[in-house]
Amino acid sequence: MNKSGLTLGRVVQPDTIEEAYQALTEHKDSAVLGGCAFLLLGSRKIGTAVDLSRLNLDYIKEQDEHIEIGAMATFRDVETSPVLQAYFSGVLPGAAGCVMGVQFRNIVTVGATVYSKYGFSDLITPLMALDAEVELFKGGRMPLAGFMEQPAARDILTRVFIKKSPMKAAYQNLRNSATDYPILNVAVSLLHNRWRVVVGARPQRAQIAPLASEALSRGTPNLESVDRAAGLAAEELPFGNNNRGSAEYRKAMCKVLIKRAVTEVLECK
Amino acid sequence: MQIEVTINNKKTTLEIEKDELLADTLRANGWLSIRKGCDSSSCGLCTVWMDGKPVLSCSVFSFRAHGKSITTIEGVRGEAGELARFLAAEGADQCGFCSPGLLMTVLAMKRELPDPTEETIKHYLTGNLCRCTGYIGQLRAIKKYLGVA
Repeated sequence: MNKSGLTLGRVVQPDTIEEAYQALTEHKDSAVLGGCAFLLLGSRKIGTAVDLSRLNLDYIKEQDEHIEIGAMATFRDVETSPVLQAYFSGVLPGAAGCVMGVQFRNIVTVGATVYSKYGFSDLITPLMALDAEVELFKGGRMPLAGFMEQPAARDILTRVFIKKSPMKAAYQNLRNSATDYPILNVAVSLLHNRWRVVVGARPQRAQIAPLASEALSRGTPNLESVDRAAGLAAEELPFGNNNRGSAEYRKAMCKVLIKRAVTEVLECK
Repeated sequence: MQIEVTINNKKTTLEIEKDELLADTLRANGWLSIRKGCDSSSCGLCTVWMDGKPVLSCSVFSFRAHGKSITTIEGVRGEAGELARFLAAEGADQCGFCSPGLLMTVLAMKRELPDPTEETIKHYLTGNLCRCTGYIGQLRAIKKYLGVA
């Protein structure tokens, strides 16, 4: 056992996704290993650890219609990807770059973060704003927003897809220090006069703010309408307390971050 | 279980536990520059390079090093010594506990960023904590070392 309190009974390193899924579902105490950074913070006994390192899922590819991100691509891959820097105002590289240090971002993976639906994730919030899709080995392909609402199931996330478009986007976050989890984060996107506002670290998982998104999409936003939409988001989403901030604080700061993010998108060329 | 790994350009076979972490494996095999400061992936003290990329060895399972090339500060002794002289000259090296991790990250940055600015240096080094010297002296030394105005 290592000092973190995480123990692995058996390690399997499958060469195919089918073998990985079989290993995962054969035993109740099995788990998939992604970047493992968050897993190592806890104390847990994993009977069979299914390591995805040999499945060649550590890539970011530009396809004809989509940008495809393999589950084992790291946050640093996202941060430094020329493809992702060229699309969506570079919102994903910017968001990934907010996470801890370079050494950490060279470890943590996109698949593990998205599959775990971490409320504090810096990546899920902008991915939802970009209307990304996820592919699960058994569950198939679906919108990330829908996946976030699904109950937990034993499956393996293999890829994330983002449709290529001239969508503009921005990401804003609030943290106590650069190497802490975000207290709150916000991503907004704009495509063909349709806005989407997403708020994460409430501290629950990220959610779309439908009323705020709709309000922004009515006409060209101005100071007043942005203010109104930010207020709508703060009212329509539930916020909670944890040791990083109170629900009241999150609700107040949500308005600020939305206004900043919308302003940033309006200034995007 | 056994892994085959190249450490500082020397191929070696190591016997490891399944849930052993790379920092522990390296220290157990004599690479004592690896420091453990936080055990929560946040201090950067245990930084080594895996296939040339800086990683936190306290957060990487050792079995994942199989077939990989690991570099510790012992593997870049000359270069690290030169950088250390810049840190010492700026009074940016006090207890030294964080130095191996910091040096490994700066040397990785030197390879990765061809033309760093003060801002990109600060951003790259976010994950390296120092609890005695502070960061201004370090930044001064690193900028001089890299020739950043």
